[in-house]
Amino acid sequence: MAATSLIWLLDLARFMFPNVLVEPPTKFKIGPASDYPLGGVSTKWLAARGVWIVHTDQYKGRNLIYALASVCTHLGCTPNWLEGEQKYKCPCHGSGFYINGVNFEGPAPRPLERLGIKLASDGQLEVDKSVKFQEEMGQWEDSNSFVDGALA
Amino acid sequence: MNSLSLITSCLTLGSTDPHPNVTPSVLYGLGWLYLILFAMNAVWTWKSYHRDCHFRLPEFLGGMGMPNAAVWAMYSIALLLVSVTHLTCASVPEALRWFVMPDFAKSAIDFVVADARRYFAVTTFGFIGMLLLRNWLAKPSVGWVLLNLSLLFLCVSLTDWDFRQIVGKPDNVPIVAMLFIVGFFTWLFFYRANENDRRSALGKGPIEAENNEKVLTWPDLVYTEMICMIAVTALLILWGIALQAPLEEPASAVKTPNPSKAPWYFLGLQEMLVYYDPWLAGVVFPSVILGGMMAIPYIDFNKLGNGYYTFNERKFAITTFMFGFLPLWVGMIILGTFLRGPNWNVFGIYEFWDVHKLEALNNVNLSEYFWYGIGQPLPMAPAGADFWTQAPYILLRELVGFVAIGVYLGVLPMVMAMTVFKKFFLRMGFLRFMVFSNLVLMMAALPLKMVLRWAVNLKYFIAIPEWFFNV
Ligand code: FES
Repeated sequence: MAATSLIWLLDLARFMFPNVLVEPPTKFKIGPASDYPLGGVSTKWLAARGVWIVHTDQYKGRNLIYALASVCTHLGCTPNWLEGEQKYKCPCHGSGFYINGVNFEGPAPRPLERLGIKLASDGQLEVDKSVKFQEEMGQWEDSNSFVDGALA
Repeated sequence: MNSLSLITSCLTLGSTDPHPNVTPSVLYGLGWLYLILFAMNAVWTWKSYHRDCHFRLPEFLGGMGMPNAAVWAMYSIALLLVSVTHLTCASVPEALRWFVMPDFAKSAIDFVVADARRYFAVTTFGFIGMLLLRNWLAKPSVGWVLLNLSLLFLCVSLTDWDFRQIVGKPDNVPIVAMLFIVGFFTWLFFYRANENDRRSALGKGPIEAENNEKVLTWPDLVYTEMICMIAVTALLILWGIALQAPLEEPASAVKTPNPSKAPWYFLGLQEMLVYYDPWLAGVVFPSVILGGMMAIPYIDFNKLGNGYYTFNERKFAITTFMFGFLPLWVGMIILGTFLRGPNWNVFGIYEFWDVHKLEALNNVNLSEYFWYGIGQPLPMAPAGADFWTQAPYILLRELVGFVAIGVYLGVLPMVMAMTVFKKFFLRMGFLRFMVFSNLVLMMAALPLKMVLRWAVNLKYFIAIPEWFFNV
């Protein structure tokens, strides 16, 4: 009896680690920085990867390129980038975020999250979705959360 | 295709409105609606003739007595004529321009409902008005007039394209039906309650005690149940055939439909999520609602109103419950269903759902109001500080919020016990009263926060995104 339960439990534990994972790799190249001119929000990687590539000088006046996760910090819907209004607007409860990702309207309690980004050795930008940087924790100061906008 | 025909086709395409307000098929359908309305009123006329009293015509019309039914008969005939006109002239919309909602009325109605503040004010004052006028509203003929008015409003409004889009959406059809059902049962309650209240004023017992409604289980109850069962099944089958299930596009993790709405019965909660943090609006408040309802029998000390309808003997209980149910629950469902559009903005019922509608909603936290108000920067820990150095700074920053909540849930109940709710406190005892007052205060917290959000853009009383704690 105990042995059966034990085996069953072990099997269950094994079940939690599948042989193959069909998730896309968390690191991917997004092309050279020059693809992302200042003041633009690129939705090129939104459908496949769920990120916006933002090049802006609206956050503390520094010219930066960074990747924002397209997950609303309220309850996780995918906001829309509205070019005309220059904001991300969530269709679920109306949260709004400035171009730099900082929340300013609706119920979202904190800014959108940045993802890891760096300049790869071949001159392309590389986004790493496995790391997150939260503004309210002061993590946006981390140099892995942006690249210098002057590269573009 | 030669250029001439291209030009003409462009011209005709350009001249057809993609969102026509009136089309022959709409008018034709309305003809049938008016016909149903006529039939209903014809039956009512007949009943009124046998039951209602007479009124006296004014002198210049001869001054003779007329049955009330005559008015209903005239109204029914008018409906019949309107219906026939619609059915026969549906192809010439020009002829029917008197039966569409005029533009000034549309903009007036939109002005009120396309703004959450005004909408909430209207529902709340409407609720108070309903309680004050309950004796008059509960008369059968007044109820009938209200039903007629709401149906006429529906008919006339259906001539608007945008209105048809939201009311006719298969998702929303049951909610339109629900509005009428809620209206009917509210009316029925007041009708019965008024009757008993009148009787008790005369020193008689409730009507339920007098004509004892006991019937046999077999056959009366079982038969009734079976007939209901068959009727409901038939209705569901018809419904399933007539209105196709509203399926949406295939789900995608990176694309959220705009607007994204919860099932209709949860739209009240979704509305709550706009004002409170997810853990409060999604977890704490629903549990408090459920737990609070279960606690009602233990809190309630009023022994009256058991097994019969009454309003006067249970004024506080019924008013509180109805306020929670009508403006706060049903009202929020209506707001979520009919008025919330793309980007969760509020739209009027005759307004086009424009994705680019702009509404400025910059929100400010209570702590920011406080610290900037006294001319200080927000207390902030030095960069890179660890948790224990950070904590006091954060707590200091949000101090006003904590004090406000503490006063609201801790001190206010005592004030209530000493003033307005003194009698309650004496009859309930300390513990019961604390539970009761906290439940009432939590219920009041929703409209309170909504009003504060609209009035001063208040975001959170306590905002600690660092610890996922916002109130
Ligand atoms: S999930 Fe984005 S506002 Fe609620």
